[in-house]
Amino acid sequence: MSKRTFVVWRGNKDGGNFVEYPVEVEEGMVVLDAIHQIQRTSAPDLACRWNCKAAKCGSCSAEVNGKPRLMCKTRLDDLPGEEAITVKPLKSFPIIRDLVTDVSWNYTVNKKIPPFTPKKGADFIMQQSDVDRVQEFRKCIECFLCQNVCHVVREHNQKSHFFGPRFFIRVASLEMHPMDALNRIPQIKKEGGLGRCNITKCCTEVCPEEIHITDNGIIPLKERVVDQFFDPVQIVIRKITGADKPQPTE
Amino acid sequence: MSEISSAVDDKGLGATGRRDAWWVGPLLVVLGLSAFGVYSTWAAWTGNNYLLTAGGADYLSPFYSPDLKSLLGISVPFSYAFLILWVPLGFRASCYYYRKSYYRAFFLDPAACAVGEPKGRRYKGETAFPFILQNFHRYFFYLATIVLLFLWYDAGRAFFFADKLGQLHFGVGVGSIVMLLNVIALSGFSLGCNSLRHLTGGKLDCFSCSAAARTRYKLWGGVTFFNLRHMEWAWISLFSVGLTDLYIRLCCMGVLHDIRIF
Ligand code: SF4
Ligand code: SF4
Ligand code: FES
Repeated sequence: MSKRTFVVWRGNKDGGNFVEYPVEVEEGMVVLDAIHQIQRTSAPDLACRWNCKAAKCGSCSAEVNGKPRLMCKTRLDDLPGEEAITVKPLKSFPIIRDLVTDVSWNYTVNKKIPPFTPKKGADFIMQQSDVDRVQEFRKCIECFLCQNVCHVVREHNQKSHFFGPRFFIRVASLEMHPMDALNRIPQIKKEGGLGRCNITKCCTEVCPEEIHITDNGIIPLKERVVDQFFDPVQIVIRKITGADKPQPTE
Repeated sequence: MSEISSAVDDKGLGATGRRDAWWVGPLLVVLGLSAFGVYSTWAAWTGNNYLLTAGGADYLSPFYSPDLKSLLGISVPFSYAFLILWVPLGFRASCYYYRKSYYRAFFLDPAACAVGEPKGRRYKGETAFPFILQNFHRYFFYLATIVLLFLWYDAGRAFFFADKLGQLHFGVGVGSIVMLLNVIALSGFSLGCNSLRHLTGGKLDCFSCSAAARTRYKLWGGVTFFNLRHMEWAWISLFSVGLTDLYIRLCCMGVLHDIRIF
């Protein structure tokens, strides 16, 4: 068994420090194991959120050596051997205590998105080709790593007029659903601030579910915004074909 | 257990807790795009050495295609390459991949993920001038496709050589292969365009609801195949276009000699 040093941020909304802890390392250990060991041996009051330890509940998000990751999916043997390992709370959300942040902004955004609204007489026998595309987005475990790393939130703090990548793909999963009746593009353009995303792809880089957030979600939505708001040819076609009219719902 | 004092919210340019070499990616982009920018501007500026006719060949540099000078008989007081180059330039500048790479490398917006940006900028993303113009990417795609068709013509033409009487015969020179590979690389880039992906099938909500939709779904799958490697195609084709011009230019200058293989 070898020892490694962990440097963990301790504090609350008023401030805090990094505190050093030695950890006995076993083979196959992940960062969350180390945090649990610290709680057991030297800091029982160290706060952290976790639940499944299987990368499926999305609770244990933190910044390990400066990178937003799930603590339960970050193996110690993937981190450079000699150095201390730093663990910080997510930067973009208000700190409650130690590694626990207040992610309620995300739930506020979520409530603004109208739920699935089936077309009148919708037929729910769907083909695999139609299911595949929206199913990718439904793998999301709401870890909010993408919301945290997105520079529109992290650096520019534009939470009040930006939904963020997690909710762009939620909208995409509804907008591209063959049985959904709503046109979700005006909302995502105006209220959702889709244009503030500059497709720099950090959301895709950090997503533990490996969802192609930008290529399959955001860029296709941006192209739909172009259809409805920028491309003169498409705007005329939509007027003529009546594609702009709201669809009847159940 | 010991305490190390430090604030949690590091702010400002380059501020990060990352330990890896995050700056390598943006640095390579700066070097790659700058090298191409300087070379292509110079090559377009010169207005000469872009058409190799020695040995009966007909190799036209991609920077100067279509050959508006002979097609339209026009003459302009500057290198006519500038009449064409705004098309591929606009196409690439508004490409979703290049946007990502230069927003990161040149605008540091952000330079890399979880790395601090310069302070005190008002960020509007692509909602305001000039970046709102990125929304017209598909129009550049249409124009670039027209230019690409000319490049396919040029690549085909590079396989025919004139004899002393001016008769054309099939043949293969190193330059013919260079031009063919270049146009393949450019096509691979265009076929992965996100706007094309949208136009073929991405804009549909239902892939299976009609025969037309099913056909478009297949096309969409084909574009997706290229789109998955759009970054690689972007760099390969950027370098191939520069190197094709360089090859023809060096042959014209007599530095290189085009070898006839067949
Ligand atoms: S691609 Fe867009 S949404 Fe994703 S992190 Fe970058 S700016 Fe944010
Ligand atoms: S999209 Fe990925 S990174 Fe974002 S919340 Fe969902 S699982 Fe997490
Ligand atoms: S998105 Fe890259 S060429 Fe269109």
